[in-house]
Amino acid sequence: MDKSYSEINREGLWTNNVALVQILGLCPLLAVTSTTINGLGLGIATTMTLVLSSLIVSLIRHYVKQEVRIPVFVMIIASVVTAIELAMNAYFHELYKILGIFVPLIVTNCAILGRAEAFAFKNTPGKAAMDGFMMGIGFAAVLIVLGAMREILGQGTFFAQAHLMFGEIGRMMTITLVEDYRGFLLAILPPGAFIGLGLLIAVKNVIDERGKKRDAKKIIPVTKIEQSVATG
Amino acid sequence: MIKLNTPSSPHFHGPSTVTTVMLKVMLALLPGILIYAWMFGWGVIINIVLASITALATEALMLRMRQRPVMMYLFDGSALVTAMLLALALPPLAPWWLVVIGSAFAIIFAKHLYGGLGFNPFNPAMVGYVMLLISFPREMTSWLAPLSLGEQNLSLGQSLSFVFSGSLPAGLSLDALTMATPLDSLKTELGLNKAMQEITASPIFGMLGGTGWEWINIAFLAGGLWLIHKKIISWHVPIAMLGSLALISFLFFIIKPGAYASPLFHLFSGGAILGAFFIATDPVSGATTPKGRLYFGAGVGVLTYIIRSWGGYPDAVAFSVLLMNMAAPTIDYYTRPRVFGHGGGN
Repeated sequence: MDKSYSEINREGLWTNNVALVQILGLCPLLAVTSTTINGLGLGIATTMTLVLSSLIVSLIRHYVKQEVRIPVFVMIIASVVTAIELAMNAYFHELYKILGIFVPLIVTNCAILGRAEAFAFKNTPGKAAMDGFMMGIGFAAVLIVLGAMREILGQGTFFAQAHLMFGEIGRMMTITLVEDYRGFLLAILPPGAFIGLGLLIAVKNVIDERGKKRDAKKIIPVTKIEQSVATG
Repeated sequence: MIKLNTPSSPHFHGPSTVTTVMLKVMLALLPGILIYAWMFGWGVIINIVLASITALATEALMLRMRQRPVMMYLFDGSALVTAMLLALALPPLAPWWLVVIGSAFAIIFAKHLYGGLGFNPFNPAMVGYVMLLISFPREMTSWLAPLSLGEQNLSLGQSLSFVFSGSLPAGLSLDALTMATPLDSLKTELGLNKAMQEITASPIFGMLGGTGWEWINIAFLAGGLWLIHKKIISWHVPIAMLGSLALISFLFFIIKPGAYASPLFHLFSGGAILGAFFIATDPVSGATTPKGRLYFGAGVGVLTYIIRSWGGYPDAVAFSVLLMNMAAPTIDYYTRPRVFGHGGGN
């Protein structure tokens, strides 16, 4: 049951990625990723929520009765999200306005409750926080990649409106890839998000498949011994 | 493996393969295409050629990637029919990239990602068309005027140079070439509270539908009837679709003739005939049971009328077909014919 830190890292980033494998938190994932910056903003907010809520849930895990754990989790997550929402409103007001309802809606992101229930409630605070962080980074990475894909295809730019997050320097970060781009509306509209996520999942599966084939070619007995040690 | 011996005769050899079916469909489209090209110029032919080349190229690429026999599937003609139907739905003289993106999207996303011919839940040509319509509204709605009404007609060379580089001969603007389609102008003018008689007095409205459009649609009707005669398609979908479209437009027409177009106009303009005989009859994405096909066709007809009259787009055949494609499995489920020997109950 006890997982090593490297396992936690690998699971969060790749083998149990929130967006690509667990397919959780799709509502914000699909709704806000029309630009890279939106994806980045929501990704950071979600990661912070995951770390803090996992940490708190893990700290109080011995004092909360099994029967009431879910309401307690929800209260903790809601408090954390409210704090983050207020902070965003104060420091990144423009971005906060663009992300709109999706910041408070992080409360309902199943990934966060899922991690609290499946991992944080059963593990030490350090590991729980690490798990929250890695899951959050894995989710944020997908948000950013999807946002970049849709922004490049849809508007022909990359990192547009970066000043919302990085201040005035951000204006210089916007890269216009194609001048006078006509715009490809489908990529910006919801179908683009679904198609984009589908393609990302497909790419991940192809990479996994290739990896499996490569592993199969390696010497088999060694992996068998390793497995028996790990399970024993 | 079980060895199956061929029992003794008599045998019928079904001459109908995918290839022959597709060839007949293309043959049936031919009169419509010719009249379309005669009315709207070289743009129609350029669209069809471009779409066909793109569709075949992406088909070959996808088959290769999926490790399927390329030659066998490539020449079954299904990609060509998809390309032709899509090209017929696009405005003549559409920029080349529009045609290429549309046909590639239709083949890759609507056909092969679902598993290729026979597995696609949606009609690929219509998916390509709707994708283009949503993504590039400006390019997709600049239609040419029919040749009989336009002041200027482009030669083949001029058409080609416009399609590939967007340049027009000197002294000619795009506005001089394009014109609202009958359905489009009906929608705009009705929105301006004009009376129906006033609107239809404009030269773009002909006897049955729009000028030019009515002849194209009659040619498609002839091709479609030939397909029914050859038993390539069953009569259920076209009759149900055109019948329901005629019925619902007739109801509104007799209630308020000043605000709703006549049933004949609805039948003979836009893509109604083409859709009824060539698009909604797609055996893969439509309903399969005879009764189900009636419901399917009726659904397409009613939705077409609803979206044309109250929706945001002037024509609606593509949207209606896609919406009914989604409903097709459910329709099939509820219209399964009784299995012989099993009681029908009551």
